[in-house]
Amino acid sequence: MQAEAALGRVGLWLLVMVLSVVMAATAADSGMAAHATIIGIIAFVMVWVTAARFDPLGKTQGFFKMPEGPSRYDDDPIRWGVLATMMWALVGLLAGVFIASQLAFPQLNIEPYFNFGRVRPLHTSAVIFAFGGNILIASSFYVVQRTCRAQLAFPALARFVFWGYQLFIVLAASGYLFGVTQSREYAEPEWYVDLWLTIVWVAYLIVFVGTLARRTEPHIYVANWFYLSFIITIAMLHIVNNLAVPVAWNGSLSFSAFAGVQDALTQWWYGHNAVAFFLTVPFLAMMYYFVPKQAERPVYSYRLSIIHFWSLIFLYIWAGPHHLHYTALPDWAQTLGMVFSVILWMPSWGGMINGLMTLNGAWDKVRTDPIIRMMVMAMAFYGMATFEGPMLSIKAVNSLSHYTDWTVGHVHSGALGWNGLISFAAVYFLVPRLWKRERMYSLRMINWHFWLATLGIVFYAASMWVAGITQGLMWREYGPDGYLVNSFAETVAALHELYIIRALGGVMYLSGAIIMGYNVWMTISGKLREEKPMGAMPAYDPEKDRPIAGSASPEPAE
Amino acid sequence: MANKRIDEPTGTETVGHEWDGIEELDTPMPRWWLWTLYLTIVWGVVYVILYPAWPLVDKATEGVLGWSSRGELAEEMSVVDQARATVREELARIPIERLPENSELFGQAVAGGRSAFQVHCSQCHGSGAAGSQTLGYPNLNDDDWLWGGDLKAIEYTLVNGIRAPGVEDTRTSLMPPFEGAFEPARLDGLVSHVLSLSGKGASNGTGVQLYQDNCSVCHGAAGEGNRELGAPRLNDAIWLYGSSREQVRDQILNPKMGRMPHWSERLDPVTIKMLSAYVWSLGGGEEFVEVAEDPTVEVDEEP
Repeated sequence: MQAEAALGRVGLWLLVMVLSVVMAATAADSGMAAHATIIGIIAFVMVWVTAARFDPLGKTQGFFKMPEGPSRYDDDPIRWGVLATMMWALVGLLAGVFIASQLAFPQLNIEPYFNFGRVRPLHTSAVIFAFGGNILIASSFYVVQRTCRAQLAFPALARFVFWGYQLFIVLAASGYLFGVTQSREYAEPEWYVDLWLTIVWVAYLIVFVGTLARRTEPHIYVANWFYLSFIITIAMLHIVNNLAVPVAWNGSLSFSAFAGVQDALTQWWYGHNAVAFFLTVPFLAMMYYFVPKQAERPVYSYRLSIIHFWSLIFLYIWAGPHHLHYTALPDWAQTLGMVFSVILWMPSWGGMINGLMTLNGAWDKVRTDPIIRMMVMAMAFYGMATFEGPMLSIKAVNSLSHYTDWTVGHVHSGALGWNGLISFAAVYFLVPRLWKRERMYSLRMINWHFWLATLGIVFYAASMWVAGITQGLMWREYGPDGYLVNSFAETVAALHELYIIRALGGVMYLSGAIIMGYNVWMTISGKLREEKPMGAMPAYDPEKDRPIAGSASPEPAE
Repeated sequence: MANKRIDEPTGTETVGHEWDGIEELDTPMPRWWLWTLYLTIVWGVVYVILYPAWPLVDKATEGVLGWSSRGELAEEMSVVDQARATVREELARIPIERLPENSELFGQAVAGGRSAFQVHCSQCHGSGAAGSQTLGYPNLNDDDWLWGGDLKAIEYTLVNGIRAPGVEDTRTSLMPPFEGAFEPARLDGLVSHVLSLSGKGASNGTGVQLYQDNCSVCHGAAGEGNRELGAPRLNDAIWLYGSSREQVRDQILNPKMGRMPHWSERLDPVTIKMLSAYVWSLGGGEEFVEVAEDPTVEVDEEP
């Protein structure tokens, strides 16, 4: 039986390989040929490992010391997801440090594959979609099982979601370096990669909703509302913004279905909601699970979570036009974007309040528990970024800040401070539980990571605030004779030192993540560092994992 | 809801649900939070009444204040334009060669010219107008002029461009390529002679002969150049395409000839006048000499 199934799988991979070779040979451009080759190589490796053994991943699971056998929950895809999160975090942050250095020292542009224009989308996609996306998929699978007390629905499909998503990342990232791009910010991958992501994403939705449907809890926990709205809205945004007509079925080039100002508005409706429904909503879901778990405290206010959830998702979807202030976009649409952005202020803060106030009765843990400290700092940066955002959307402020590095600083105080730190905290929470270890290898290293990351963000954000305001003021400076004082090149030259400080902040943030990688690796290896204890960590009690109420023998994972 | 209990540290009742050990408190929403939310909503309502907001069939509501971003831009631009109107009128009236006599107006023209230079010219000539020797963009700070360095000549160059395609009065000339014309040894001699004109190394018989036969017609017997043809001076230390032997040899064999667009279609005459004044003021500007009245006057002479 097993052999027959394996033979079938070999045949399937062989078919994929042959198709990729045909595609590579007949491709209309080198980018498409390169991508077909990548898929062909993956298919070849899969033919080889499938034929060699029936369990293609068994050996690597041993290498990563993953616990064997079915557990109460289906945690295998989550373990893979945590490893992928760690790897893509390092790749994405390294790419960020590289392009930050390019801005300070343009000589570092290596033509043609590693110039700023090609590495920049590699950086943004690697940190948002690869690092962020992996921790979101992994944590959502973890949280939905626990809070529904059910195993993942469609375990095979869940594995397809993970590996299919990695293929999407590889195709997107390699495409940028080859020059395959549709030049839409945060939506750079071309039409065929978009189609692949759509398939993967629908599978993700099916697994998530299927698991919700299998729940043995009467109510759906708030974290799952946030995850579900993330999955549904990202599907909608992705499909609409990427509507395009390919030039040829075997070529990578396509043209958007939109043109002119409609195109710009669609793009920023998508772009801003990528911030909303990829970088805010599902990370709030992570907060709603991991903060109360780590603090061992009840969530502050159920009522607040309802009101801020619905107001947040209703208001966020309209805020995109604030990216197009003072452009060809009609005034009424600019008004719409600005008004909704400003009203968004309190709904955004609702999440921060609910997270921070959950620590009521456990504030001493900020002193003793470095993971809680990281979560608190994440929520503080979330609060700062969601105050700064509405402020920057006000036209009078925007006329100074738009197109400057202030925007870059704003994005990074949110991305590094909020998304980064809450994800790191979640990984620190997950790794000992997933690999059934007593605790992380070293809590003191988490503390080091916390301080390196925090100081790195301070360097980054402060230098970009100064740089942005400098730029904005220099661009609009009129001399007494009534003429602009500065040329563009002069405003670039003025920022050199600030760009160096920014790159330094990035290096600090990256160093923290490298320490984390080592810490995670040692934890997986089953080691505990001899060190002075830092404080009480919540004890992990496997008996509290209750997949199905009253069921004594849990189903096998696959 | 049987599991409701009072949470001890906060004294608040829980909602009664429990997920994987997580409970929720029934805390009311913070009042300051709620009231700030209401306040921003009220502000939003007021704002959409005051400003353009509601899209209707043909166009959107214009707002009580009658504000529009295009209107604001037009207003700001007209304020700036009015402030500059007098100066521009005076500049339009005055003949360019008389401009330096009016020092206040000249100062205004230089300021406006600098601003226009940063937008239109700095891409090639550099923001300090120092040009680029490797790329062949002339330095405008020195007194070495290819086509003439008085105000009128600079203005003429700006209006008509250099080797600008399709422009009738553009400044133009052509240096023929000498690829394959000389044997390598003789070419070497020519290069040595060209360099010797500015005191770099010694000359030689072959070089002198070749130069006399092929180059002196345009570049002059002593390498003094000819502005009528835009033929560069060869007997000074300033080089457009580099002064190494290889660069000079390449320039003889396959001459690069720079182009500059004509600006009469993109910039108005007053802006061109201001640009001329700015370039003239950079350090190498020459006095205007009435060439037309007496062609024998030597324009090349330093004033």
